[in-house]
Amino acid sequence: MSQADDARVDEFYERLKEQVEEAGYHLNSDVEFTKALLESILVNEDRYGYGACPCRLASGIKEEDLDIICPCYYRDPDLEEYDACYCGLYVSGDILSGKKQLTAIPERRPAPDERIVRSEDETETLGLESISNLPLPVWRCGVCGYLCAREGPPEICPICKVSKERFERFI
Amino acid sequence: MPMEHVDGEDKGKIVLFALSTCQWCRKTRLLLEELKVDFNYIYVDLLEGEERSEIIEEVKKYNPQLSFPTLVLDDGDVIVGFNEEGIREALT
Repeated sequence: MSQADDARVDEFYERLKEQVEEAGYHLNSDVEFTKALLESILVNEDRYGYGACPCRLASGIKEEDLDIICPCYYRDPDLEEYDACYCGLYVSGDILSGKKQLTAIPERRPAPDERIVRSEDETETLGLESISNLPLPVWRCGVCGYLCAREGPPEICPICKVSKERFERFI
Repeated sequence: MPMEHVDGEDKGKIVLFALSTCQWCRKTRLLLEELKVDFNYIYVDLLEGEERSEIIEEVKKYNPQLSFPTLVLDDGDVIVGFNEEGIREALT
């Protein structure tokens, strides 16, 4: 890794650490491991145009990989069940404090043949009929679950800071 | 098939399907090196075109979820993920 890359990873690490701690999440305290993951996310950003999870095979088609752009849609359920995300970048308070040990965890993402890439039309029909007469649609952030009722999703999630395309229509 | 080869003790044909960006894959490769077994590995994320599609289909045969690392042992056993205990048990 060149010095320029080192600086880019360091800057990414400092910025992300501050941001996630503020939101109540924790990065893995093994700094070498964590920086290696962040370097790989930057590699994926350069390679695919989006920061896909380093431990998953990205397709190169963003629409198919919205679920695995870091932070992925599986982070929160994995933190809940296994105290860490799939690649080990995010860990629970118990792992951070040393009460639990970090281990590799099973893959939660559905197999390629079982994945559903939702089209706009399908998203429309997800709402419950009984409340379809709400004055505004409700949008859900796929990463953190933030809900908001407005014409369209916000540019940036005010809670976890991911971009608009990670939102789906909820109601 | 563009496999990388690592010399070591012959424990039959061992193939590691991995991603160049994945730390668990790296740990798995280092563990195999530590165990000094003879093995081949391939970084699926670095492949392109037909070669990539072919290898993806092969990995799916062993592990339909197409997750990494996928380690295929000589006897046909498949170890998915960095399962240190399982790998040590199978190869020592």
